[in-house]
Amino acid sequence: MLDNKIKSKAQIRAEKLLPGNQNFTTITDDIAGVPEAKKTPIQWWLLFGFALSLLAIFAGSVGFLIWEGTGIWGINNPVFWGWAIINFVWWVGIGHAGTLISAILHLFRQNWRNAINRFAETMTLFAVICALVFPGIHVGRIWVAYWFLPIPNQMGLWPNMRSPLIWDFFAVFTYFTVSLLFWYTGLIPDLATLRDRAKTNLKRKIYGFFALGWRGGNRQWQHYELAYLVLAGISTPLVLSVHSVVSSDFATSIIPGWHTTIFPPYFVAGAIYSGFGMVMTLSIIARKVYNLGHIITVEHLDKMAQIMLLTGCMVGYAYSMEFFVAWYSGNAYESFAFVNRALGPYWWGYWVMIFCNVVVPQFFWFERYRRHIPFLFITSILVNIGMWFERFVIVVITLHRDFMPGAWAMYNPTIFDVSIYIGTFGLFFTGFLLFLRFLPMVSIAEAKLVLPESNPHHGHQE
Amino acid sequence: MNTYGVIARFDTPVALVHAAEKVRDAGFKDFDCHSPFPIHGMDDAMGLKRSKLGYVIGAMGLTGALFGFGLQTWIHSIEYPMNISGKPFFAYPAYAIITFELMVLFSAFGAVFGMMYFNSIPRFHHPVFYSDKFSRVTSDAFYVSIEISDPKYNEEEVRSFLDKIGGTEIEVLRDEN
Repeated sequence: MLDNKIKSKAQIRAEKLLPGNQNFTTITDDIAGVPEAKKTPIQWWLLFGFALSLLAIFAGSVGFLIWEGTGIWGINNPVFWGWAIINFVWWVGIGHAGTLISAILHLFRQNWRNAINRFAETMTLFAVICALVFPGIHVGRIWVAYWFLPIPNQMGLWPNMRSPLIWDFFAVFTYFTVSLLFWYTGLIPDLATLRDRAKTNLKRKIYGFFALGWRGGNRQWQHYELAYLVLAGISTPLVLSVHSVVSSDFATSIIPGWHTTIFPPYFVAGAIYSGFGMVMTLSIIARKVYNLGHIITVEHLDKMAQIMLLTGCMVGYAYSMEFFVAWYSGNAYESFAFVNRALGPYWWGYWVMIFCNVVVPQFFWFERYRRHIPFLFITSILVNIGMWFERFVIVVITLHRDFMPGAWAMYNPTIFDVSIYIGTFGLFFTGFLLFLRFLPMVSIAEAKLVLPESNPHHGHQE
Repeated sequence: MNTYGVIARFDTPVALVHAAEKVRDAGFKDFDCHSPFPIHGMDDAMGLKRSKLGYVIGAMGLTGALFGFGLQTWIHSIEYPMNISGKPFFAYPAYAIITFELMVLFSAFGAVFGMMYFNSIPRFHHPVFYSDKFSRVTSDAFYVSIEISDPKYNEEEVRSFLDKIGGTEIEVLRDEN
């Protein structure tokens, strides 16, 4: 028997992740209390109104694009891929943290993830929806969007299965579907909690419908846990494959600066980096608005900052290795492409990227900065600015000057490039705020697993 | 008014695991242990066999992989062989990605829908829902339920048995009619 004064490892860990005197009841009350609240916080309405206005901008801009065509964008010859592709890659990248947190950290038994995984999974879903908008609209002719589906055209010719563009369709579509299934599976027990606590008949019916009649029996948990574990297991290679495939869109071309084998791992590291940045931004806002500082603790933010430090350093390594290989290859075009990134007409884009993605995360070596919430909030936004500029560097700076100086041109976005990008935030935040209002933002069942008393073996031996 | 079974409440996950062991040893078959979260070691305590879900997922994954590879091969080698940049028609290394993605997609469907099948959900009516107190099981309560379909079921004996092993708030499940 352990001395009462000496705390077990599990207890110390639990106290950091769930500080204060918390038990199963208080956890349910605190988390389920948010969607059950009669009164919606005023901040929520303000944010929701703002998100809806952005959504209106989105609808208007996309409508005009479909009416008028891609001529309203700043794309030209040679920069055929402009903001649409940048935004697609950016949003897909953000979507990566969700599955990383829920799947990979689950396999590694990182219990601290239990407070943020629901959050991150939801963010993934809406980020991937925002990303999927761009392949749908980027040719301007929405009525031929079905061309990216694997179905033959009027002459019986199929899409080329050897092309990374169709791989991309399969990868992103699979990723979205699996993320949705994973998210919903995780929600089932919590929907049952909301069903059982519902005060009105309508709420009980709606939550009850989606809870599928869950009754928490171990005969259910047994299959449920296996399904959840397998979903985590198959999502892990999936999440690594998605951005690798996205990077193949670039890497299989012969443009200097794109034709590199470093792209897949470099894209994946960048995706995780930006995804954690977004989870950080959203969780700092949500814990403040809903007073959930005792469930999403500074400890969680600290751990996320550590992952951002790791992935930020990986991205920084990739930037320097690209430069080294460009020089070491002795290929004049390759060398020029990289010198042009850093010193060409778009030098500022490159250095914003370096500052945000390489310099900023270095502060996370110090615990002081990892636990300083305003600092984390600002850096988490800088991270995503930096990652947007990374895609700007890759897409625009590479395309605007390739082999022949006669084919060079400058690229300038138009107001519609900007408005569609800003509009996707409306799409993202409208969805996310509705989630915060109606569903538990932290997994109620999993948050309890952090408490030592949830494990019957606690107190015996660690 | 029909009777469907008996439920008893336990205070902690530890108590529930010990109760499960005793119910198992007493020879009951149609019983379940309800908790707000999965409890480590409960499968052994209840004497449950390993879930067969893994076989379903494996079969689905294999189907997905074969379908993905077959689809691409069929399109480019049989349905409409098309010379694109002089690449071979049967360019199998290029088929790896879609094969993999469809394997994952099918496995995920197998995992989620297989889980629903084994758990018999959606199922919106169940005797345990006749109890009002039982609704706390999704928050902070732990329950053992023994159903009337169990061959050893006898209402009085089951009630006293559950009482003996430490259950509280013992309740017989009855419908309202």
